[in-house]
Amino acid sequence: MRELTYNEAALEAVAEEMRRDPKIFYMSTDALPPLLKEFGPERIRATPITEAAFTGMAIGAAGCGFRPIADWRQVTFCFVAMDQIVNQAAKIHYMFGGQVTFPILFRAGVGGGGRIAAQHSQSPYSMFMNVAGLKMFVPSTPYDIKGLLKTAIRDNNPVISFESNRLLGTRGPVPEEDYTIPLGQADIKRAGGDVTVVTLAWLVHESLAAAEELAKEGVSVEVVDARSLVPLDAETIRNSVRKTGRLVIADEAGPTAGFSAEIAAVVTEDAATFARLKAPVKRVCALQVPIPYSPVLENHVFPDRHRILAGIREVLDARGPAAA
Amino acid sequence: MMSLSPNLPPDRQRQMLRQMLTIRRFEERASADYLAGKIHGVVHCYIGEEAVAVGVCSALERSDRIISTHRGHGHCIAKGADLNRMMAELYGRQTGYCKGKGGSMHIADFGIGMLGANGIVAGGIAIVTGAGLAAQMEGSGAVAVSFFGDGASNAGPFHECLNIAATWKLPMLYVCENNMYAAQTPAAATHALGDVAARAAGYGIPGVVVDGNDVFAVYQAANAAVERARSGAGPTLIECKTYRWRAHTERRGQPDPRDPAEVEAWRRRDPIALLERRLREQGELDDAAMQAMESEIAGALEAAVAFAEASPFPLPEQATDDVFAA
Repeated sequence: MRELTYNEAALEAVAEEMRRDPKIFYMSTDALPPLLKEFGPERIRATPITEAAFTGMAIGAAGCGFRPIADWRQVTFCFVAMDQIVNQAAKIHYMFGGQVTFPILFRAGVGGGGRIAAQHSQSPYSMFMNVAGLKMFVPSTPYDIKGLLKTAIRDNNPVISFESNRLLGTRGPVPEEDYTIPLGQADIKRAGGDVTVVTLAWLVHESLAAAEELAKEGVSVEVVDARSLVPLDAETIRNSVRKTGRLVIADEAGPTAGFSAEIAAVVTEDAATFARLKAPVKRVCALQVPIPYSPVLENHVFPDRHRILAGIREVLDARGPAAA
Repeated sequence: MMSLSPNLPPDRQRQMLRQMLTIRRFEERASADYLAGKIHGVVHCYIGEEAVAVGVCSALERSDRIISTHRGHGHCIAKGADLNRMMAELYGRQTGYCKGKGGSMHIADFGIGMLGANGIVAGGIAIVTGAGLAAQMEGSGAVAVSFFGDGASNAGPFHECLNIAATWKLPMLYVCENNMYAAQTPAAATHALGDVAARAAGYGIPGVVVDGNDVFAVYQAANAAVERARSGAGPTLIECKTYRWRAHTERRGQPDPRDPAEVEAWRRRDPIALLERRLREQGELDDAAMQAMESEIAGALEAAVAFAEASPFPLPEQATDDVFAA
């Protein structure tokens, strides 16, 4: 199969959908050259640097029958548009009794590793998970980002695509033919029987590396890429933990009220899954700090394969309800 | 000074009066029912400002789109919303415009181009600018109108959207209802300039100040702006100087910091009485016609309240409906 980068796969998803549906148009503070070349400035709009305005305009255009894509570029830039995202986009369908739909794709870069410090590096998806009315996902591969973006563009709700800055240039197989990946489906990226790692985006790859390392010692790690945050595939995650009895959650965001906390709750509040736990749940997250600039500091803040490995060893050694 | 009567047939002028009166009687009823505990939450009355919504919406077609504010009943009625469904929404019933999910601050009817009242000050300006963009991209010739207050004119979205609409020549009307108070705070304490309309110069678009209590003056300004927007020349900022008669919200015992003499002076400039007088002077309205209009409106409101009271409340479990669209 041919290979594309994560970024190329994303652009291909947008271009294919725009060819299919003339109601789709794109707004961002710089027009993306390959899209601009094919679709022109009417549909690929360079806006003033006003995320609040063009986020709100996307909502209005969506309510009038269009299917806008609003690209915030870095997720941190969308914080100036929080009223439009939280008070308007998320609530407007519900608040108006469902009388019209608001199909909008929001794109946002997340994560660290770029040495661009706190205001350009963040993984704040749990802030948005907390808001009813937004769907969202965090893809880890070129294949996944293309399939999920196509689904999101066809969805009749506001959907946020959180795209990993670290993965933009990574390559992977992407079929030529049309395909989509439904929201709400986690993906088992590696099957295993001793411990489950639930993770996202770049840390999927770090978790796979840790799993490879542990395989040499005869430890079988299952890596579950949660992929879709809202809706969340609790069933696949619980099934995996029921099978392995041990859970590590790896997240590039901090732990406080985060994705990792939600996964821990989803697993432990389910009686049948809780009963199978052989060890306490372990979270391997970024430190709860703004992301610092200096490579020494930034590297220290983020979890990686080594910390995931240490987390796995910890749950392998620990004892939980089912082991007692 | 009063504007000249526009070149409108008398029945259109009487229709303006009827709409303004309907807004006022609707809100008098809503206020009474709120204080009686039948309507919950908050009710923000538009009484005193009726000429703005009616003057602007009289210059629009059904296919044109508007967005409103937390003080939204007037815009709904002026755009042609159904009183029964409005009242049912205030009463929190299943048959309301939002199935009881929105209440007074969130009534919308996309079918008539009313994109919603909005509880966040300046929250709707960008959304309706997107409706203007949609109209431009469709080539439909439709326009979009943002109603907002003097308070919103100090918020970021106002400035961001005027700039983008001017740059892209979007078919927009930005209608500032300057009632001189942002909630309790006087505009003079929060605006460096006396006229919001003066800010239009900074975006290279026309800015017009009109007497917001003179429905013909508002209509004429709106008509010119609509023509400009439909011709592809871009947006206009219209500032309507007006006044709200009642406190910021309906609430028993709520202090109103405004000078009673100021309130009284504006009450003497009642936009409805002004229009009524002019129609009478033209010989287009007499006591019998006025009484007939009042009694028709009263009948429609009784019917709306009866409809609301006879309508079922939502089922509790419907709280989880419509979070997401299919």
